Amino acid sequence: MRRWLFPLVFGLGLSLAAGPLRLATTTSVHDSGLLDAILPGFTAETGIPVQVIAVGTGQALAIAGRGDADAVLVHAPALEARFLKERKGVLHACLAKNRFLLVGPPEDPAGVHWETNVLNALRKIYLKGALFVSRGDESGTHKKELELWRAAGLRPQGKPWYLESGSGMGATLVLASEKGAYTLTDLGTFLFMRDRVRLHALFDRDDPRMINQYSYMAVNPKRFPWVNFEAAEKLRSYLLRPDVQEKIGGYLKDRFGQSLFEPLYGRCVIPVP
Amino acid sequence: MNELVEITLRSLLVSGSATLLAALFGLPLGLWLGARGRPQRLAASLLYAGMGLPPVVVGLFFYFLLSRSGPLGSLGLLYTIPGMVLAESVLAFPLIAGFAMAGVAEKANPVRRLVKSLGGSELQAYLTLLAESRRVVVAALAAGFGAVISEVGAVTIVGGDIRHATRVLTTAVVIETRKGELERAAALGAVLLGVTLLITAVLVLFGEREAR
Repeated sequence: MRRWLFPLVFGLGLSLAAGPLRLATTTSVHDSGLLDAILPGFTAETGIPVQVIAVGTGQALAIAGRGDADAVLVHAPALEARFLKERKGVLHACLAKNRFLLVGPPEDPAGVHWETNVLNALRKIYLKGALFVSRGDESGTHKKELELWRAAGLRPQGKPWYLESGSGMGATLVLASEKGAYTLTDLGTFLFMRDRVRLHALFDRDDPRMINQYSYMAVNPKRFPWVNFEAAEKLRSYLLRPDVQEKIGGYLKDRFGQSLFEPLYGRCVIPVP
Repeated sequence: MNELVEITLRSLLVSGSATLLAALFGLPLGLWLGARGRPQRLAASLLYAGMGLPPVVVGLFFYFLLSRSGPLGSLGLLYTIPGMVLAESVLAFPLIAGFAMAGVAEKANPVRRLVKSLGGSELQAYLTLLAESRRVVVAALAAGFGAVISEVGAVTIVGGDIRHATRVLTTAVVIETRKGELERAAALGAVLLGVTLLITAVLVLFGEREAR
């Protein structure tokens, strides 16, 4: 039996591995439906099917860092810089941005909505000991949250009011809503969930600290020779094309009255060295 | 094809193949262990403990095994259906073997003695035991199938929940929940329960008819 089983399994694996592009992404670009809106155009033009693995930035980079994906779409500039430095990724390109918001119960017990500086808003939550839900999952949003606490000079970890959900943004918003807690969210997921949760946007300002930047990288073919680099290069050019960038910017703009993802045309607003 | 139908069929394909693969090894092992005279405490402990194997841990194990940087990476099985089937069959195996072992233990000796006294061989004794234990086999298969079709940890890590490629009912429930589409998630959950009930009912009917 082993004589035919091995070629069978091998052949099946090979036929499935060839051709499609595997894209490991953060959950927000997938769960918001953005990828379903723009990737079919790429497949139609190039004939390359794209398999999306939507797992959160930390896991996406971990998968790609073992050569199990051909490209990534993530939103954590510091982690991206490390990924490039470790020579796991190449051809970094900034695709789009939106912003992070602090949301919380409409009563706003800590008085966050008066603040014009996000660090002061976090200090108020800290001093009040108001419930705060952290993603706690190494996602881009979680990384941003930790960076903000650090910048504010605070260590909320271990405080009884600091809850770590360990789940995705949607589930975390539901948890925050049920607990009457504050949380940090990306704009897109919040707009999607707004009608289903009892949370208000309490800090929603043009603050450079609150920029949420989405980037694309191909996995380095020199380090992982089996990756579909040609397809990853093609997808990069496609995503940066003006008409596709405009499509990204226009995605669901009518429904929400603002862009979920503002196109960057490859120009990073947060530098990724 | 309707996406719901596609996902449901894929769930059945993955769970069905995994159950059959696990049964191919698990049933003979279970029968053999159950048919041995003295109780096999070590084997029983291992199998019963295996019933509690955490799916995410099995999933992680197979992730490292099948990863392109892992020992079986060249097969390219990560994020494919065959890869999911392998991981799921490891989860189903202890259930199938364990149920079979426990189920045949009582009648194994009488059956063997009877077959031998009629001049039958050892193999014939096992085949007769298998034929006499259809209900046990059904219970074992139902337990294995139920465990893998309802499981989400391993299929997520090994399959990656790729739309039109590796998404199954449980991972679809997770993603709809994550999106906040709770009604759609609940509807998918209902389909999952319905499918499990249907397959189990078919198995039971099959077992009853043959047992008569």
